[in-house]
Amino acid sequence: MLRPRIIPCLLVHQGGLVKTQGFKDPKYVGDPINAVRIFNEKEADELMVLDIDATVKKVEPDFGLIAKLAAECRMPLCYGGGITTAKQAARIVDMGVEKVAVSATAITNPAILPEMAAAVGRQSVVAVIDVRSRRGPFAKGYEVCTHNGKTIHKHDPVALAKQLQDAGAGEIVVNSIDRDGFMQGYDLDLASQFKQALKVPVTFLGGAGALDHLGDLLSKLGVVGAAAGSLFVFKGKYRAVLINYPTPEQKVKLCREALRY
Amino acid sequence: MICIVDYGVGNIQSFLNLFKRLGVEARRADTPDILPYADRLVLPGVGHFDHAMQRLNDSGMRPKLEELVLGAQVPVIGICVGMQMLANGSDEGNLPGLNWVPGRVRAFANQHQSSNLPMPHMGWNELQPRVGSRLFSKGFEDAPQFYFLHSYFFDAQDKQDVAATACYGFDFDAAVSRGHIHGVQCHPEKSHHWGEQLLKNFVEL
Repeated sequence: MLRPRIIPCLLVHQGGLVKTQGFKDPKYVGDPINAVRIFNEKEADELMVLDIDATVKKVEPDFGLIAKLAAECRMPLCYGGGITTAKQAARIVDMGVEKVAVSATAITNPAILPEMAAAVGRQSVVAVIDVRSRRGPFAKGYEVCTHNGKTIHKHDPVALAKQLQDAGAGEIVVNSIDRDGFMQGYDLDLASQFKQALKVPVTFLGGAGALDHLGDLLSKLGVVGAAAGSLFVFKGKYRAVLINYPTPEQKVKLCREALRY
Repeated sequence: MICIVDYGVGNIQSFLNLFKRLGVEARRADTPDILPYADRLVLPGVGHFDHAMQRLNDSGMRPKLEELVLGAQVPVIGICVGMQMLANGSDEGNLPGLNWVPGRVRAFANQHQSSNLPMPHMGWNELQPRVGSRLFSKGFEDAPQFYFLHSYFFDAQDKQDVAATACYGFDFDAAVSRGHIHGVQCHPEKSHHWGEQLLKNFVEL
């Protein structure tokens, strides 16, 4: 039986790893390569590394860092940040990265997705959608953001996800800006809207602060990707930096209880 | 020495890393003249079937590979699309496969048991090794978990060749062994200790 994926998500900022809250206040949590080594030892299901500087600074992906990450990483790796062309995606996959994530590029130019799918295979193309509750006194629903929440797009988030899926994305990652870093649980209603609408695998990010939160997501939505940043880099209420990941036994228990098999 | 066939498709470096950890000498082969030094071959592959076949055909290494595998009986393992390339052909493309293990690569989307499941089949799934399979002869007492990322699967013509199955809506052929020719659909190079054990078994065959 296919198991849900429990995925640490690491953010790269100025060469180091950080964790944000609501996409703000990056707190330094360590060195990327060292973190990969620890997650290797803990046999994490998959790893997502997002460079949160590249798109904003309009620079190309840091291929030097990607090569080092890929060489070290013994689990499937998804890399995102600053990718604007199919050629860059192909170069990253050739370095040994399983999946390439795009957000701003795909949202402004969905035609990049079939190009990327042709270059690296659809299964390796991931579209990330950053979502936030609309603001303002009469605002309802959610909006799509890019550039670390600073650029707002007009798309309906779920319709956009379907569009990106149909254009060539093999996986959709939904990232809740409102929940980012607060460790109070996933936005389950938002997540279920996406899950119901999509045929490709979906991964949710933003809000997990305890293993129970992963369980809540899985028991509501079934086999999906459950990604988290804070949960896997902080310990305790004072958010002391400590890289951690559930043991195989904890993982089996969590999946069994959530999926009732 | 193990040669990882580098025809421009797939994750060569992660295989080199893995063999290094196992203490096994391995090197990248991107021209035919290195291949004869190999006592084992790894054929990786990702992406589109035709793209991978075309790149292999263009690499100049295919005649030497066929000479070594079919003539000199050098053991080989195809990984992911590298496994699919062992077949006669694929529903994903038009190019013929290597035809080293009789079978055809089919789409999950066209199978009624899997047509409603998320596609690609992506994530960790359990392998069910066939009793007596040499690829899984050691270290697979518990239910082994492997990482998969694919939308097409190998359908072996001769079910005697099936070394392991996995379930995604139905049991599909997730590993094949035909004599010294092997293939696995999952990614041992990204499957932690299970993947290491699988490649260790391949090296020790």
